[in-house]
Amino acid sequence: MTVPMDSMYQQIILDHYKRPQHHGLPEDFDAEVHHVNPTCGDEVTLRVRLTGDSIADLGWDGEGCSISQASTSVMSELVVGKPVGEAMALQRKFLELMQSQGHAVLTDDDEEALQDAVAFEGVSKYPARVKCALLGWMAMKSAVAEAGWRAQTDELGDTGEVT
Amino acid sequence: MTIDVEAVRKDFPILGREVHGQPLVYLDSANTSQKPQVVLDTLTEFYAQHNANVARAVHTLGSEATHAFENARDKVAAFINAPSRDEVVFTKNSSEALNLVAYSISNASTTPGAERFRIGPGDEIVVTEMEHHSNIVPWQLLAQRTGATFRWLPIDDDGRLVDSAIDEVINERTRVVAFVHQSNALGTINPVWRIVARAREVGALTVLDASQSAPHLPLDVQALGVDFVAFTGHKLYGPTGVGVLWGRYDLLAEMPPFLGGGEMIETVDMTGTTFAAPPHRFEAGTPMIAQAVGLGAAIDYVTALGMENVQAHERELVGYALDGLATVDGLRIIGPAVPVDRGATISFTLPRIHPHDVAQLLDEQGIAVRAGHHCARPVCVRYGIPATTRASFGVYTTTDEIDALVRGIQQVREVFGA
Repeated sequence: MTVPMDSMYQQIILDHYKRPQHHGLPEDFDAEVHHVNPTCGDEVTLRVRLTGDSIADLGWDGEGCSISQASTSVMSELVVGKPVGEAMALQRKFLELMQSQGHAVLTDDDEEALQDAVAFEGVSKYPARVKCALLGWMAMKSAVAEAGWRAQTDELGDTGEVT
Repeated sequence: MTIDVEAVRKDFPILGREVHGQPLVYLDSANTSQKPQVVLDTLTEFYAQHNANVARAVHTLGSEATHAFENARDKVAAFINAPSRDEVVFTKNSSEALNLVAYSISNASTTPGAERFRIGPGDEIVVTEMEHHSNIVPWQLLAQRTGATFRWLPIDDDGRLVDSAIDEVINERTRVVAFVHQSNALGTINPVWRIVARAREVGALTVLDASQSAPHLPLDVQALGVDFVAFTGHKLYGPTGVGVLWGRYDLLAEMPPFLGGGEMIETVDMTGTTFAAPPHRFEAGTPMIAQAVGLGAAIDYVTALGMENVQAHERELVGYALDGLATVDGLRIIGPAVPVDRGATISFTLPRIHPHDVAQLLDEQGIAVRAGHHCARPVCVRYGIPATTRASFGVYTTTDEIDALVRGIQQVREVFGA
């Protein structure tokens, strides 16, 4: 079966689900968090190590639906090696995309920045699944905060909770 | 006589619609059933022609509404072979019916004349491991309020109650045994007689959750021998917002009220209140009038089909579906894998594909199933799985739809490269 164009299950998502990136928990880390999505029973444990203002390393382990696992994989690929401020900006952009209820208008710059994460656009039409796609991103945000990174005032502002 | 499924399908307008450009294949009747046109018409006609409050208005509309509402009670009583219409209490759903019993029992601790319902430390309340949360949580809360001990009957690898545990778990300390007739998560139909016999031996009250059996097999409360039965209207082709508690009259007559309010009283004085006789004692406030009348119409509808015929139709479907699902590589049935003492509700898992992904991809093909723990999380814990995908059938389900399900699952496997 070929997946229809409008399917939630874009090939990129399936590929990340089958071959997750940065999967596994690194020994050397500054913070570890465990996030759960009670709707699907998705779980992710995520470790992060910061060097200066950058995400030097990030690894995760988890189980759950393909959307949650693939999204965590895509997020990892996007943020490892990036300045934390940039990772937080991406997190906000992705959160906005997920809250768009299928009506997002992405600019070329957005698509360029979000890369594979654009494939999750279809998920935003299904409120029950949005939390799946956000699981890894929220875990990353918590982990970075726990590792001691403090946002500049102009980078504060969205709804991610710090556990 | 068997059911003419094609004729039945024409009675359910929603079955004509499409989902994602595909004909709807509705396999989620255990969650809620679809409604025949006659139920929709009854609701409209009630509001358009007879709407008034019940049991208080002296005008014509008031007596028409009261007649329609009480007539629905008669229909329920006949449907479950209740010895008396006064044993039928309307509630908003099964959960409320079960909570009604649990709260009346704890209210008994301060009500003179209700001593036989009092429970406390040293007493035990028994459920099963396959209960819906609505038949677990009210009893856990009752145990907390009273100091009684909460216990449960375990289930085996095939999704059946462990028979050898029944005589041990239900014992002289047991005061209440609350159990499900047909499991919503596993499809298992429990041996009611076996549990009732043991409960009677030790003098425990029995409460049967018939939410998943009332729509699918003939229900005879006298033959079942239990003390209380709860079920809901919306799974029985009726509207949401109406359920039923049936109880033996001698028990209801001694039970203290659950909710206080209008129409459940005999006389009210600022220094105290006396209560109406059952069933009205347990129906505080304006009831779900139109919904009860709609449930009456749904009962007429399935009664005309014949509950024996409904049962035979679904027995055929479940055998057909189990055979079809067995052709899918790696598919694991959670619950009885043979069509014996089981209803037309089938839970399953697929290796390396999460149930929510299965349900979502089936939805993209127009097939509606449920994924999750089905409000019976202990069942998933028992089998070491996060969730299942569940297909459940009803009077309108066809073997073609089951074929579509099996094909759909194969396509899901292809998408995931499994």
